[in-house]
Amino acid sequence: MNSPAATYDLGKLHGGLRLPAEKTVSTSLGIQEVPVPDQLILPIAQHVGEPAHPIVGIGEYVLKGQLIAEAYGSLSAPVHASSSGKIVAIEPWPVSRRYGENAPCIVIECDGDDRAIEPPEDTAPYNTLKPRALRQMILQGGIVGLGGAVFPTGQKLMQATTLPLEYLILNGVECEPYISCDDLLMREQAAEVLGGAQILMHALDISTCYVVIESDKPEAIAAIGEAMAELGDKRIVLKQVPTIYPSGGEDQLVQLVTNLEVPSGGLPTDVGCVVQNVGTSAAIYRWICEGEPLISRVTTVTGPGVRSPMNVIARIGTTIADVIAFAGGYNDEAEQLIIGGPMCGKSVTTDRVPLVKATNCVLVLTEAPVYGNEQPCIRCGECALVCPIQLLPQQLHWYACADDEKKLRSYGLTDCIECGCCDLVCPSHIPLTAAFRNAKVRIQELADEKSRAERARLRYESRNERLASENELRELELDQQKEAARKAGPSAIDEILKRRKRHDEDAE
Amino acid sequence: MQFERREAPFISPTADVGSIMRHVLYALIPAALAYVWYFGPGFIFNLIIAGVFCILGEAVMLHLRGKPIESTLADYSAVVTAVLLTFAMPALTPWWVTATAALFGIVVAKHLYGGLGYNLFNPAMAGYVMALIAFPMHMNLWTAPRMGDIDYQFMTFAETARFTFTGTLPDYLSFDAISRATPLDVVKAGLNNMRTFDELRAFPIMGDFGGRGWEWIGNFLAIGGVWLLLKKIIRWQIPFGVLAGILIPSGLMYFLVPGVNPSPGFHLFTGGTILCAFFIATDPVSAATSNKGRLFYGFGTGFLIYAIREWGSYADGVAFAVLLMNMAVPTIDYLTKPRIVGHGKNRGNES
Repeated sequence: MNSPAATYDLGKLHGGLRLPAEKTVSTSLGIQEVPVPDQLILPIAQHVGEPAHPIVGIGEYVLKGQLIAEAYGSLSAPVHASSSGKIVAIEPWPVSRRYGENAPCIVIECDGDDRAIEPPEDTAPYNTLKPRALRQMILQGGIVGLGGAVFPTGQKLMQATTLPLEYLILNGVECEPYISCDDLLMREQAAEVLGGAQILMHALDISTCYVVIESDKPEAIAAIGEAMAELGDKRIVLKQVPTIYPSGGEDQLVQLVTNLEVPSGGLPTDVGCVVQNVGTSAAIYRWICEGEPLISRVTTVTGPGVRSPMNVIARIGTTIADVIAFAGGYNDEAEQLIIGGPMCGKSVTTDRVPLVKATNCVLVLTEAPVYGNEQPCIRCGECALVCPIQLLPQQLHWYACADDEKKLRSYGLTDCIECGCCDLVCPSHIPLTAAFRNAKVRIQELADEKSRAERARLRYESRNERLASENELRELELDQQKEAARKAGPSAIDEILKRRKRHDEDAE
Repeated sequence: MQFERREAPFISPTADVGSIMRHVLYALIPAALAYVWYFGPGFIFNLIIAGVFCILGEAVMLHLRGKPIESTLADYSAVVTAVLLTFAMPALTPWWVTATAALFGIVVAKHLYGGLGYNLFNPAMAGYVMALIAFPMHMNLWTAPRMGDIDYQFMTFAETARFTFTGTLPDYLSFDAISRATPLDVVKAGLNNMRTFDELRAFPIMGDFGGRGWEWIGNFLAIGGVWLLLKKIIRWQIPFGVLAGILIPSGLMYFLVPGVNPSPGFHLFTGGTILCAFFIATDPVSAATSNKGRLFYGFGTGFLIYAIREWGSYADGVAFAVLLMNMAVPTIDYLTKPRIVGHGKNRGNES
């Protein structure tokens, strides 16, 4: 049953698709716990921004929850040991964000004791802390956006508070097919999710929080509704949104809930909103109230290529191979491994990649999609009908083929959220999203090149200017000296010449 | 385990060009049967000739352009062109007229402009107009529809075939005996001769709203068109625009100056109005692409059809209207670009 708190007073979203959910295969069981593996692989870059800096040496013994790499630079997040054991290597290892290519990782050989670090003793309740201090604390928990974007949460909150804020939006929409980890998390950990919401409201000094859940998750809606009734916090409001992909995108959710559009190139904070994933909220609760940094997460292991699809909670750093083995392993038809959902996920070349903070889904598909048999665009316009940004993908594709940077910009290429809706409706089977991804990289390169050339030009010009002005100065001085000598008369000139001669002789 | 790397999304697209075109063909079947019933088996021969030459033209051009032939022919677009062209041709047409129109449409209007997806003009209409200008006598040879009229002359399958392939009629028939002015011709000439529309409506060639027979083909076309709408093969904007573009001016004229103007119903049910609204103007390649643009495109086409019928020298104006609007498409597309989300008026966008 739907909770009575769910409401429908929503803004409008253009386009989108009703996709087959494929979620029930993974929601029949509760969240299962994957045992601590023998080896944990922890990439130092699990977030948007600068990679963390390792602060442990090889051979060092670390405890569960211990800081092993600290945030570096203005946008970064720390990494903590997910279990106790010995650091055996800091070396390149295949990672999912690079499709199975290598990136630096810290490798821990687990001792199996899972000994946790002593929690700090003077833990004052969070509501006695100043919002600023609380935000600083969240930063230290290694917490990043768990919806898949992995933006460091602490920095997001700090950036947010530079603008007037109105709403905290907890994103429980999870609109991609197959993925159900947020659904299960809300069903089983509703109190933590709402607890995190209260912490966030305090940290941001916001007094309205919308918990937004898709209509196809009645159990989650009921669980959150119950937890809300228990909590009795009037600031938290439950909202139900129709099941349309991609309403779970940050900007799309803001538009759906508040009817405000996030300006092009801007952030939800520009319209007074802060969006956090429900999983992030629960992670914040665990860090602030229980002292446990982000060392595990709920992940959906699913797809027609997995023997027993389910949701698991696994330590960050567990390899995907271990996670899939826990879910019964691959079946014979397994063909393609995807980290993330089928619309925006990344296909990886190997299952040696570790589960990281961003891994909300491990999807094993049995057949490759039918791309490759690309036909010319027939301008049917279906892509424009489904585009949530109201772009004209057919025109963009045309200009992408022509490499027309100016047109690509004026037709809003940089506004494309790469949701993949246009690919799915294209009767000519053109891989539009991939083309736009490439075109974005290309126009970024062009812009970089331009700015490099501009910098070089400025350098050259300023050098010329400096040389010219130095020359001028020297001539001026020379003129002055000549003038002075002329004024002093011939004897003085003789004097100077003599001095000069002496000086030359001395030099020899 | 090792896997191959691919690009997201990983869900296969559902539609394909071939199935879209096949749906269009299915939607035309009832109207084709009605056409044969009312105007005889000439339609079938025209269809075969148009089909053969369209497919042949397509295959040769694909070969010359170094494109894959088999997979491209499987998109059925050449067949759709052939069928639409056949609907536009008079039932009794010598084969070389149809063949020239088909080849012109496919070779010149389609492939010389870059093939499917790149053609500025609707190939069927380009072919039709080419034939209309080059062979006016043959293209204006319309027979009377089967309607119980004493003038109706039934031609057998063999006689029709003989005419189509040799251009000779059976000995007992002459062109004058079988050819008839179309309802649009009748109305155009009649109104010019100071007769009222109501008088002309009493002619046996007239049916309930439009021409007898013609209006039934129109009905079946409309059924097919609505089915395409329900199947989401076409969207409502263009058909709505075309019909509005005809009905609004003709309705205004009819009610303001009754008697000397044909009724909106007549405009709707005669000539190529319904065919144009659901099957020709909706050709995605040569139409505008945005929703708003498609409304304008449809309305412009409808209005031009009306204008040509009313003030032009041709009885019907579908083909000319479509080609003229094809030319306007780049401009329409440019002027009707939708507002990109995040650009424009909003609280967050003011700065």
